[in-house]
Amino acid sequence: MLIVAGFFLASCAATNTEQGGDVDATSASASSSSGGEITAGTQEDLIVNVGDRVFFEFDSSELTVDAQATLDAQAAWLMQYPDTNITVEGHADERGTREYNLALGDKRAFSVYSYLAQAGIDTNRMEYVSWGKERPEVIGSDETAYSQNRRGVTIVSN
Amino acid sequence: MIKNILIILFFSLKANAALEVTIAQGKVEPTPIAITQIFGADSDTARYGNTLRQIISNNLTNSGLFYTVNEDLYIQSDNLVEKVPRFEDWKLIKAQFLLSADVSKTDNGIRLRMRLYDVFNAKEIEKLQLTIPDENLIRRVGHTVSDIVYERITGETGYFDTRIVYVSEIGPLDQRVKRLAIMDQDGHLDSHQFLTDGKNLVLTPRFAPNKQLITYMEYKNNLPRVYIYNLKTGEREIVGDFPGMTFAPRFSPDSQSVIMSFSDPNNAANSEIYLMDLNTRSRLRLTNDSGIDTSPSFSPNGEKIVFNSDRGGSPQLFVMDKNGENIKRISKGKGVYGNPVWSPRGDLIAFTKLTQGNFHIGIMDINGNNERVIVRDFALESPAWSPNGRYLIFHRQKRSNLDGTGGEVSIHFIDITGYNERVIPTPRDGSDPAWSPLL
Repeated sequence: MLIVAGFFLASCAATNTEQGGDVDATSASASSSSGGEITAGTQEDLIVNVGDRVFFEFDSSELTVDAQATLDAQAAWLMQYPDTNITVEGHADERGTREYNLALGDKRAFSVYSYLAQAGIDTNRMEYVSWGKERPEVIGSDETAYSQNRRGVTIVSN
Repeated sequence: MIKNILIILFFSLKANAALEVTIAQGKVEPTPIAITQIFGADSDTARYGNTLRQIISNNLTNSGLFYTVNEDLYIQSDNLVEKVPRFEDWKLIKAQFLLSADVSKTDNGIRLRMRLYDVFNAKEIEKLQLTIPDENLIRRVGHTVSDIVYERITGETGYFDTRIVYVSEIGPLDQRVKRLAIMDQDGHLDSHQFLTDGKNLVLTPRFAPNKQLITYMEYKNNLPRVYIYNLKTGEREIVGDFPGMTFAPRFSPDSQSVIMSFSDPNNAANSEIYLMDLNTRSRLRLTNDSGIDTSPSFSPNGEKIVFNSDRGGSPQLFVMDKNGENIKRISKGKGVYGNPVWSPRGDLIAFTKLTQGNFHIGIMDINGNNERVIVRDFALESPAWSPNGRYLIFHRQKRSNLDGTGGEVSIHFIDITGYNERVIPTPRDGSDPAWSPLL
């Protein structure tokens, strides 16, 4: 689990730098500088102890049972750290058109966003954005990569 | 712009009917044309002549409808602008048409004179004289002459004096840097220009039919929205103040509106199609369905819109009236459809289809009949029509691998008969191509 988390973290940091966004940069650098210790309430804490992402079936924005369990845990975690704000990113695999996948990514992001909202998280603490198929987590043209790329990722934004 | 200059200086034998070349379904035998040296008296004009000859020859050859007869075979080596050709000499080497031209410097700038001959009928069929103020317009002159030759011989509208806007790509596939770029339709490096700096992700640029504008999507401050880029001023302007993602933009045929998708946060982030009037800034919602509605494209008369929707379960193609009424599904085959684009002639719709693990680019009648696949590969996307409706450009992407290799993406050109595919060269990878109207 820790190895997997480290991998995700590394690629998150890289992605954030490239996008030039201020959304994730803080959390990424804070987490990666923490060494062996995990600071509570950070992105790294979320990744390691809760799970920062959920996965979707092909061409679907419905939350699976597994996804709902992850989001229940995320909601509890967000309750525990009420000063934490998040951005939910929705992503798609590469097997669709760019435009359709932007739409699908937005529906996925919104599924996560609204689930957390229904779980009691103030929408003022949350934003969401679709990246369509533009930012794959795993590079590769096979189902192994695609299943990792059809995802909703919760990013700590402060 | 250059057309205006040309019209004044342009005198042409009024051509009524197309000549020998018939364009039917299936493979066309390219017509042999000879292009003499384009003569210049000094080193500058000789250089312009060489450039022009190369542009014209490349354009005509790349169209698939012509080939240039090998220069080594030419028997007559004279400037044939003022001198009548020895048609027998050209007949002997099987040149069906013959183009000759010269370039000179005048008080008004650089002057080109051109003659086009029908060799078999031993007569001049077109002549042209034009003057440009400076050499910056040389490439445009080459394209304009190509258009005149193409139009005179095939009877179809030309497409050479046009540009392609596209997304230039570089870097690892999970953190791709994308920039808007523009170039002449032949992809010549001298014409290539970046429009954005790569700081923000940009996608899906499309030309306005009759203005120097491009509409596209940009992630500014990580907010994905539709923008307009003004090619004259370089200014960028957001299209409308929407509280959620806007994407998949295209201009209306009159360039007065943009049609696009809006993913409304108050509607469960479901994408619907909106028409945004650029003058009044009023917006009109055209679709209302729980499925995704995106990739709208107007018919050239502005009466109909083709779009992509998964309202029936899987993504398919639909046509509706311009006000959103009379929605009808047109895609009939198996597979996942997307990217519909109405042809500028009005009679066909180009699309992508994913089936049996491959993408296909195809065309169908506007009622969905007569679906034909033009090209098939692992990843194809973004078909765009040439302004004369005879060709498509699109992008083709290779498979990528876990180690980060692969995934190269390039822009391709193909005749809608499925023949004559070739790569349009770009300095980096290229995707999302769109074709300008004739300049």
